[in-house]
Amino acid sequence: MLVAIVIIILVVASLVFHFASPWWFTPLASNWSSIDDTINITFWVTGIVFVLVNCFLAYAVFRYRFNKNKRADYEPENKKLETWLTLITTIGVAAMLAPGLFVWGQFVNVPEDADVFEAVGQQWHWSYRLPGQDGVLGQTAVELISEKNPFGINPEDANGLDDILIFSNEMHVPIDQPVKVLMRSKDVLHNFAVPQFRVKMDLVPGLVSYLWFTPTKLGRYEILCEELCGMAHYTMRGHIVVETRENYNLWLAKQTTFAQTLQPPEYDLVKGKALFAACSACHGSEGEGNEAMNAPQLASQPAWYMKRQLKYYQQGVRGSHKNDQYGQQMAAMSATLADDKAIDDVLAYIATLEGQAEKAGTGGDLAKGKVLYRNCSYCHGNNGEGKFALNAPKLTSLQPWYLKRQLTNYQQSIRGAHPKDLYGSQMILMSRLLQNEQALDDVVAYIRSLAPGGALTSKLPGKGHALQPVKVSAGE
Amino acid sequence: MTSYTAIADQVDDSPHPGSFFTKYIWSQDHKVIAIQYSITAIGVGLVALVLSGLMRLQLGFPDTFSFIDPAAYLQFVTMHGMIMVIYLLTALLLGGFGNYLIPLMVGARDMVFPFLNMLSYWTYLLAVLVLLASFFVTGGPTGAGWTLYPPQTILPGTPGNDGGIILMLASLAIFIIAFTMGGLNYVTTILQARAKGMTLMRMPLTIWGIFIATILGLLAFPALLVSAIMMVLDKVIGTSFFMPALLSLGESLDYTGGSPVLFQHLFWFFGHPEVYIVALPAFGMVSDVLATHARKNIFGYRMMVWAIVAIGGLSFIVWAHHMYVSGMNPYFGFFFATTTLIIAVPTALKVYNWVLTLWRGNIHMTVPMMFAIGFIFTFTHGGLTGLFLGNVVVDLPLSDTYFVVAHFHMVMGVSPIMVLFAAIYHWYPKITGRFLHTGLGKAHFWFTFLGTYAIYLPMHYLGFLGVPRRYFAMGPTEFIPDSAQVLNANITISAIIVGVVQLIFIYNVIWSLFKGKKAGDNPWDATTLEWQTQTTPPGHGNWGKNLPVVYRWAYDYSVPGVKADFIPQNMPDSEVEKLAAEPDLPRGDNVVPLKEKPAGEDKS
Amino acid sequence: MSIFSKLAEKPWLAADESSLAVNGVPAYAPSGFPAKTALKFFIAVVSVLFFLFTITYLSRSQYPDFQALAGEPWLPLTNSLQLWLNTGFLLLASIFLQLSAKDVNKALNSGGEAREVNVLLIYLVLAVIFSIAFVFGQYLVWQQLSRQGFLIYSNPANSYFYVLTAVHGIHLFGGLLALVRVLVHFYRKSELALLRRSLGLCAFYWHYLFLLWLFLFALLTASPDTYNTIAAFCGF
Repeated sequence: MLVAIVIIILVVASLVFHFASPWWFTPLASNWSSIDDTINITFWVTGIVFVLVNCFLAYAVFRYRFNKNKRADYEPENKKLETWLTLITTIGVAAMLAPGLFVWGQFVNVPEDADVFEAVGQQWHWSYRLPGQDGVLGQTAVELISEKNPFGINPEDANGLDDILIFSNEMHVPIDQPVKVLMRSKDVLHNFAVPQFRVKMDLVPGLVSYLWFTPTKLGRYEILCEELCGMAHYTMRGHIVVETRENYNLWLAKQTTFAQTLQPPEYDLVKGKALFAACSACHGSEGEGNEAMNAPQLASQPAWYMKRQLKYYQQGVRGSHKNDQYGQQMAAMSATLADDKAIDDVLAYIATLEGQAEKAGTGGDLAKGKVLYRNCSYCHGNNGEGKFALNAPKLTSLQPWYLKRQLTNYQQSIRGAHPKDLYGSQMILMSRLLQNEQALDDVVAYIRSLAPGGALTSKLPGKGHALQPVKVSAGE
Repeated sequence: MTSYTAIADQVDDSPHPGSFFTKYIWSQDHKVIAIQYSITAIGVGLVALVLSGLMRLQLGFPDTFSFIDPAAYLQFVTMHGMIMVIYLLTALLLGGFGNYLIPLMVGARDMVFPFLNMLSYWTYLLAVLVLLASFFVTGGPTGAGWTLYPPQTILPGTPGNDGGIILMLASLAIFIIAFTMGGLNYVTTILQARAKGMTLMRMPLTIWGIFIATILGLLAFPALLVSAIMMVLDKVIGTSFFMPALLSLGESLDYTGGSPVLFQHLFWFFGHPEVYIVALPAFGMVSDVLATHARKNIFGYRMMVWAIVAIGGLSFIVWAHHMYVSGMNPYFGFFFATTTLIIAVPTALKVYNWVLTLWRGNIHMTVPMMFAIGFIFTFTHGGLTGLFLGNVVVDLPLSDTYFVVAHFHMVMGVSPIMVLFAAIYHWYPKITGRFLHTGLGKAHFWFTFLGTYAIYLPMHYLGFLGVPRRYFAMGPTEFIPDSAQVLNANITISAIIVGVVQLIFIYNVIWSLFKGKKAGDNPWDATTLEWQTQTTPPGHGNWGKNLPVVYRWAYDYSVPGVKADFIPQNMPDSEVEKLAAEPDLPRGDNVVPLKEKPAGEDKS
Repeated sequence: MSIFSKLAEKPWLAADESSLAVNGVPAYAPSGFPAKTALKFFIAVVSVLFFLFTITYLSRSQYPDFQALAGEPWLPLTNSLQLWLNTGFLLLASIFLQLSAKDVNKALNSGGEAREVNVLLIYLVLAVIFSIAFVFGQYLVWQQLSRQGFLIYSNPANSYFYVLTAVHGIHLFGGLLALVRVLVHFYRKSELALLRRSLGLCAFYWHYLFLLWLFLFALLTASPDTYNTIAAFCGF
């Protein structure tokens, strides 16, 4: 009796939950309404079966509850009934399967007029490549990947020279244009998934997979990696911006081709030195930083990281938060660098500076810090040396007070929350692993101990790092 | 070939064990081995239950527990999954219940190879110990997900990529050896040691389920062994079976040309039959529990057997439905979606037949019956959501989300566990001679049944929303509303409650062992052979001097013209005639006319 | 009775008169040697294991870095004398085991049981010696290969050669253990009838291992063209 009632209640509750639930598919933003239709058909068929079977179950349990004056029926089988049930089930299954296979046929066959771009996955970032003028993507090989050639494109292949490289986890596509996404992974399995587009596919090292869709709604959508790809899997996010053809063309015009990235960078140390005069007021003449001025050490930090940060300051991506007062100062200062050329010059000069090892340690527990630092070490390296391949800056050259302030800023989303901050959201998620001030102190103390002249001079055993950031050599 | 005495004709000449040690520890008695298997499996299952609790704490209340970092979280997920699927469910259903029930239900004295059977248990125990050892090596257990997909499984960036993964693969290999030893025993016993008169079609469905599941296991586990061997070599020696040329955290490695998708094919060639290795024994046992407690024959016995065989066969050609978005040739999708949805037909028929068994029954709402009905509900739910994932395009938005997690927990976690509880409450009186406490059992049922539904129903909706599985934390994600976190917290609370409630069950099992109401030889008035032993619990050799002889099928409940509402399988017709002296009670819903014995002809 | 008609039985009906023996007791009971049933299933399991290895091997052979070990005159397994020799050893082991099983099937002759056992043991010892010779021969092939620089990790074809021969060898080793167990059993209980049956099973297993080796031999020393053809046929 009670069991029957509860089953009815559960059926009703499931239905109520289903219809009242605010948790449902995100609004569709692509052509794949047919997938949604198939889901709806499946819902109706399975929903009806669910309600019927369980209501019948509840009724049977209620109607034939124990009665000592009755006996059960004796019915080994009923061919007619079983045949009918088989038939009806088969029809129901076919009703779901047929549209499913039909839509899958559409998914497998990419339209002729589809644009192509390549999504490249790596632990734990996205980058993209467009075929350029010739419409053909150049050959790639894992062996060719280096700091100079992060996509591993074959420089000998003429098709590759005009490929447009997007060094960012944000991709743009024009609206209402079918697009085929070719997918390639540099290291492990990943998955390219945009819930609003409904389609997803794994990225597999060693082969190229694909999917296609036609974006139908303007907007900026999140790309999630949905295949477990290691410790920081949950931080592997990207964005895809669907925009009008005009905006798309504007965006496209600003991107660099592979051939352009092959040009040796040019810089002028003399100009760089002159520009650095403005920086040295706070950061010191040797780029050693100054706690009184809240300025971190610049020397020995790789140029690619500082360039990204300078651009962020200039574009208001960093230092625009109202609670980031030191960042605001820096944002103002960064305006003194007129263009990319000026940035390159000053960074080339900074690369020549020696800096000064900060001796001061902090009062943290090194053993605890070491445990906490494991989470940092995947990207920043076992010795805090930073890794270009993972877009992770060097930590050991930074002063403890600066590290702590930045971690706190990330935790409070003062830094990294700007939509244009490519890797900030990752640091926001990771910084939250440090759940109290003591943990911050411990991990900072441990990072300091890794620095030359830090509390611990012996380095931890660790494997070599093939893609160590290369110091910029003197100008040519 | 010299003549050979069939087992059913042999007299009991097996040596009876003497000392405590040979009787309870180093025992070759299938019943003792079954209990050893069960206790080990439940013990390691409790570890996995605690791991799931920790994992849920992180998901429900992120940024709260400082001891759970992403690496630890992934390790919890992985070990929870692997332990539950292999070391708990497979071991408990086949090593535990299979071992206990096969000889008793087919009317044999023991397994045909008792020594091998004992070896199987000790090897299994070794596998469990090796697995647990991985918690104590540097880097901890593997955190690659229970699917262990290369390349990430053996690369830095994944927790436990050194000692953890090697111990995991070693433990799996040892488990497979243990399972093969046990499985050969189960199959041979069923084929060669049945009592006189026990034709295949007279076997209870429990035996059918275990039989087919064992064959599936024997043929599917080699795929896991192959992949484990090749992955260990990739890790330790540097071969490139599954490893293509790749970078790892920016470093270039020496691998060339391997195929990660190949591993997935192998894994799921094992992994999908594994679902049915767990499900088929559960299907069988729940059929027997339903028939016994509804006092009615199982409806459509032949259809049930055919369905078990068909599901077993089909389960080998559906594996790639786990790989629709794996980057394999997308044209495979057509084939595997079709086979997958075909398998739904025999499965649905089984559900219908269970419900139709209750129809016109006389349902005793005992604790085993409650769990069995709970199973029908959860299995219907889980089976139907399987139709979403099996249908290739519907899988596109749902794969790798919480919908998948909710689906397989419903169909492969909650449902078999419902049956396991039904089976424990049902067979405990035979195993120990005492009933489990009914009041505690009912409390256990309600909390478990309602609690698990409160966990998994909402979880499907997180999946619809697009929340990916195996995420340590969602963090700020634009398309996920804050309310999803509320839902997550509620799921966690339900999960903790369900986890804690299992203490009631454990208390009940221990308490009833000493204080439970005494049960006779056949407390449920059941027909199958295991209830017809002369002593309870059955002694060594099960049957005393003479083996039972079987005269009828396993479901002679409420046979028209017979006063008693059940006829044991080993009761000859001559004795049944005596039972038929008095007229029948009214049947079913009072409208079915009395029938004459034999009620053989089907009514179509 | 075929499996289909068995599965179509209606078990709730009274049993057929014909299937009842005297006194109305059902005569039906499975008979046969259980160990043989178990062995057949075990062989099925081993076959699946090697089948899956083979499938992955063929699929792996289609990747560009795959270098077959045979097919060209300078490759090590093209016409490898040692492998043919090993094949001969295994064949002889298989034959002697069969002889040992077959011989005891005859009725006891004038020499009595003791003589029977002596002859049988001679065959058995020969079978064991040739089995060990096979394993040792395989080891020699490994040594040759590694001396020539064909290491297990240098190419997938090499990896498969080492792995498949090793797994095959382990199965032979397991068979030897089973043989030892049979003999120990005989030594303890001295039942010639049981020994005959058990040796028959061992011989069956050895034949299987021999056939399996022939298959592996053919597979591992095939030329790249063969792989391409089979793979194309299987649709990789």
